[in-house]
Amino acid sequence: MEMSIPYQYKAHPVTGIPNGKFAMWLFLASEVMLFGALFSSYVMLRYNAPEWPHGYTLLNVPLATVNTMVLITSSVSMVMAWAQLKMGNFARGRMYLWVTVLLACGFLVVKYFEYSHKFHLGIYPSKSTFYAVYFTMTGLHGLHVVGGIIAIAYLAGPGASLWHRNPDFYANRVENTGLYWHFVDLVWIFLFPSLYLI
Amino acid sequence: MAQHAADAGHHGVEEIRKHVRTYIVVFVALAALTVVTVAISYVHLPTTQAIALAVLVASVKAALVALFFMHLISERKVIYAVLVLVAIFFVALLFLPGFTELEQQGWMNRNVP
Repeated sequence: MEMSIPYQYKAHPVTGIPNGKFAMWLFLASEVMLFGALFSSYVMLRYNAPEWPHGYTLLNVPLATVNTMVLITSSVSMVMAWAQLKMGNFARGRMYLWVTVLLACGFLVVKYFEYSHKFHLGIYPSKSTFYAVYFTMTGLHGLHVVGGIIAIAYLAGPGASLWHRNPDFYANRVENTGLYWHFVDLVWIFLFPSLYLI
Repeated sequence: MAQHAADAGHHGVEEIRKHVRTYIVVFVALAALTVVTVAISYVHLPTTQAIALAVLVASVKAALVALFFMHLISERKVIYAVLVLVAIFFVALLFLPGFTELEQQGWMNRNVP
């Protein structure tokens, strides 16, 4: 019999969930602290600033609205991938994973245009406190999107062979990666209004 | 082992179909709320009201994502326990920098001659 780590995809008797899922939630807890520190800094900097520009006077709101829709749609396709796998439809589940990767890349392309437009105008993080906050927070979020693309593309590509050996384990990996991806969506749900709309 | 068997039966195909219908409703709600929050920003309300409304709409959207996409609506106790700790530390993190303000304004050393 093949040696394997216990409770990778079967529920642990103590927690009632697989260890991988528990670990993902602990990781997300640390992620909340990471972004929380940045949001906290943003609140303090803005509160103490003698004046602070409205995001919509400096940033491209329609473009960011489109990007918000793209990221929300990618979250839906990610959860659809999991649902299809749970119903035993491997091909459709895998297709939804690729759709998620595509949408995530679309998000980064739009972000690239936003950034390069600013750089073209000579606007860098050093321009003002507002831009320092904007580039730091959207930059860190963008890195998370890149991480998500790598993980989801692995599951849709070379990692998909796991389905044929152990479909439950594979569906579990997709679920856990999905948790991460929804968290990245969640961060953007707060970033978008705080930076662009108020 | 009985526990595992129960888990395996937990996600019947019919139940997943129900999930899928929920996901589509949540998707429409998220898209609608995005339009709402952008529309509010075009009204140019006073800053305090604008911030309050934006945070409110974002919180509703975040709750929808967490409850339905991240399945928090029916999750195990251990996850809720982790999230309670996260909430406590997150609030502390948000307010901690504020205490340095109090010190600067002399609130902390009022009784010091």
